[in-house]
Amino acid sequence: MNRVEAETARQVVTISNLEFRYPEGEFRLAIPALEIGQGATAAFIGPSGCGKTTLLNLIAGIAAPQAGRIETTGVDVTGLSDSACRDFRIANIGLVFQEFELLEYLTVLDNILLSYRINPSLKLERSVRERAEGLAQRVGIAEHLPRHPDQLSQGERQRVAVCRAVLPDPPLLLADEPTGNLDPANKGRVMEILFDYVQESQATLITVTHDHELLSRFERTIDFRQFGQLAGESVGDAEYPETGNAGGEGDG
Amino acid sequence: MKSIVYLAWRYLAYHRLKTAILISSITLILYLPVGLRVLVNQSSQQLTARAASTPLVVGAKGSPLELVLNTLYFGSEPPELSRYAEIARIADTELATAIPLYVRFRAQDHPIVGTTLEYFEYRGLEIQSGRQLAMLGECVVGSRAAAALGVGPGDHVVSSPESVFDLAGVYPLRMRVTGVLGFSDSADDDAIFVDLKTAWIIEGLGHGHQDLSRPEAAGGVLSREGNTVVANASVVQYNEVTEENIDSFHFHGDLSDNPISAVLAVPPDQRSSALLQGRYQSADERVQMVVPVDVMDALLDTILTVERFVVAGAVIVGLATLATASLVFWLSLRLRRRERLTMFKIGGSRSAVGDVMVSEIVVVLLAGVLLAGALTLATSQFGSLVIRALVSA
Repeated sequence: MNRVEAETARQVVTISNLEFRYPEGEFRLAIPALEIGQGATAAFIGPSGCGKTTLLNLIAGIAAPQAGRIETTGVDVTGLSDSACRDFRIANIGLVFQEFELLEYLTVLDNILLSYRINPSLKLERSVRERAEGLAQRVGIAEHLPRHPDQLSQGERQRVAVCRAVLPDPPLLLADEPTGNLDPANKGRVMEILFDYVQESQATLITVTHDHELLSRFERTIDFRQFGQLAGESVGDAEYPETGNAGGEGDG
Repeated sequence: MKSIVYLAWRYLAYHRLKTAILISSITLILYLPVGLRVLVNQSSQQLTARAASTPLVVGAKGSPLELVLNTLYFGSEPPELSRYAEIARIADTELATAIPLYVRFRAQDHPIVGTTLEYFEYRGLEIQSGRQLAMLGECVVGSRAAAALGVGPGDHVVSSPESVFDLAGVYPLRMRVTGVLGFSDSADDDAIFVDLKTAWIIEGLGHGHQDLSRPEAAGGVLSREGNTVVANASVVQYNEVTEENIDSFHFHGDLSDNPISAVLAVPPDQRSSALLQGRYQSADERVQMVVPVDVMDALLDTILTVERFVVAGAVIVGLATLATASLVFWLSLRLRRRERLTMFKIGGSRSAVGDVMVSEIVVVLLAGVLLAGALTLATSQFGSLVIRALVSA
C-alpha cells in the first residue's frame, strides 16, 4: 500500500465535488472537498437551514447528491442501491437524533436491540443481548431495561438512543443535535458516553450542534456557512459566532 | 420473520385496548352472519325433526303455534286446555292412537309432563337407571333434568306452586323418582314425566286424606249423610303418595271432564291421518287438529325472513366496520410515519419496515377470523341448547 492509499484508508468520510439541492426550494449545498479521519470528533455548526443535517443524511446514504462522490468508511455510498445502502448503514453507522426516536411500544431493551430486529443482515444472538445489557449497565439505565420509554426521563431516553446507535459497534457515529433537548447535567453525561465510545472503539464522531459550550471538546469544528447557499448566496449571517478550533474545511 | 412478528406483537400488546376493539369488531362482523346462519340451520333442523316425528296434535282452539310449542317443547305458557274426553273421541274413530299430554306444572324450572306410558314408547325414550312409572305419585326424570336437580332413582322432586299467592290452589306434591331416562337430545331431557292422574292430583282434582271413618278423624267431621261426609280443614291431606296412603287417593267428578293440554294423535297411515283431520274441520269445533310440521314451517319462514333482514343489516354494519377499521389502520400508518422514517434512517430493510405494519394487520385479522371461527364452532356445539331454551321459554 503506497502513502496515498494509506492516507485514503484512514479517512472515514471523504467528500469531493459534492452538490446537493432539494427538488423543491432554492437551497443548495456545495462542498468541493471534505475529509474526516478515523477516530476524529467533528462538530458541524452553522445557522439553521445551512445543510448540516442534510450532510449527515448524505454521509449516511439517506439522501443522494446530484453530483460528487461521498465515501463513508471507504465505501462510495452514492453508488449503492437502496437495499445495499440500508445494509451498509445498519452495520457501519450509528445514528443519534435530537428527539431520540425511540419506539414507545418497545421496552428499553427492545429499543436498544431494534437494529437487530429490522435488518436480517444483523444477527440477534445471545452475545448481542449480553452486550446490550452491558451497555445499559454502563450508562446507568440497566434497571430500566424492562420499562417503556415514556417511563424514563429525557436524559435516560437519550442514553437508550445512544446504546441503540453503538450496539452494532459502528465505525462512524452521526449525531444530530444529540443534546438539544437535554439539561446541562444530562448533556455532559451523553457527550461523555459518545466520546468514551469513540475513544475505546477508535470510531469517528460527527455531531451537528448549536451548543457552543460543547465545541471545545471536539477536535474539529466545521462551519457550514461556507457550504450552504441560497440562490447562489452564502447562508451564513454575521451574528453567527466564529468558532475557536480548526474551523472551515478540514484537513482530516 | 420472527423479529417482525415480535415487533408487531409488541405494538399490539402495548396498544391492547385499540387491538381488542379492532379484533372484537372483526370477530363480531364475521361471526354475526355466519353464526346466525348456523343457528338458523340448526333450529330449522331441530324444529322440523321434532315436528316431523309428531304427526298430529289436538288441542283447544287458540294459537296453533302455542299449542305445538307446548306439546313438543313443553313451553312454560300452557295453551288453552281441553278435556280428557278428547282421548276417547279419537280412540273411537280407530284412526289413530291417542296419547294425552298435560303440561302445566313445573318443578323448579323443569316442566312436569302428565302423560301415559304410550308416550315413552312413541318417543323411543328408555329408562337408563331405575324403573318405569308404576303407581300414582311417581315420576321419571329426563337426563338433563336429573343432572340439574341432582336426583336419581329413590330421590324425590316437589312440584312448584303456580303462584306464591295461590294459597287455596295447587299444593306442592312430593313425587318419588323411580327412573332416569337416557339422553335423547330433545326437550324430553329437561322434563319430569308423571302419570296423567298424578298431574291432576297436583292440580287438586284428586287427593288423598285421613280416613274419615276412623275415630282419630272424628273431630274433623262436620256431618254425615249416607255416603256423604263433610269434613273441615283439620282433616290431614297427604302431599305425597305412599304405599300406605295410596288407597285414600281418589278423584271427584267425571274423569273425562278433567283437563289436558293436548293429545298426540298417531295415525297408522296417511289415509287415516287425512280422514281424522276431516273430522276436525267443522267450524263449530271447540278443538283444533294441527299438523306440527306445517306450523313449524310457517314459524321457520318467519325466522328466515328475520334472518335475511339481520344478515342484510350485518352486511351494512360490516362494511361500515371494515371502512372504520381501514381508517384506523390508515391513520395509524400516518401517525407512525416518523417511526418508519427512523427505521429507514437506522438501516431497517425495506421489507422489514413494511412487514411490521402488515404483520400487525394480519395478526388482527387472523385473531378476528379465529375468534369468529371459535364462536361459530361453539354455536354449532351449543346452539341446540340455546334454541331449546328459547323455544321452551
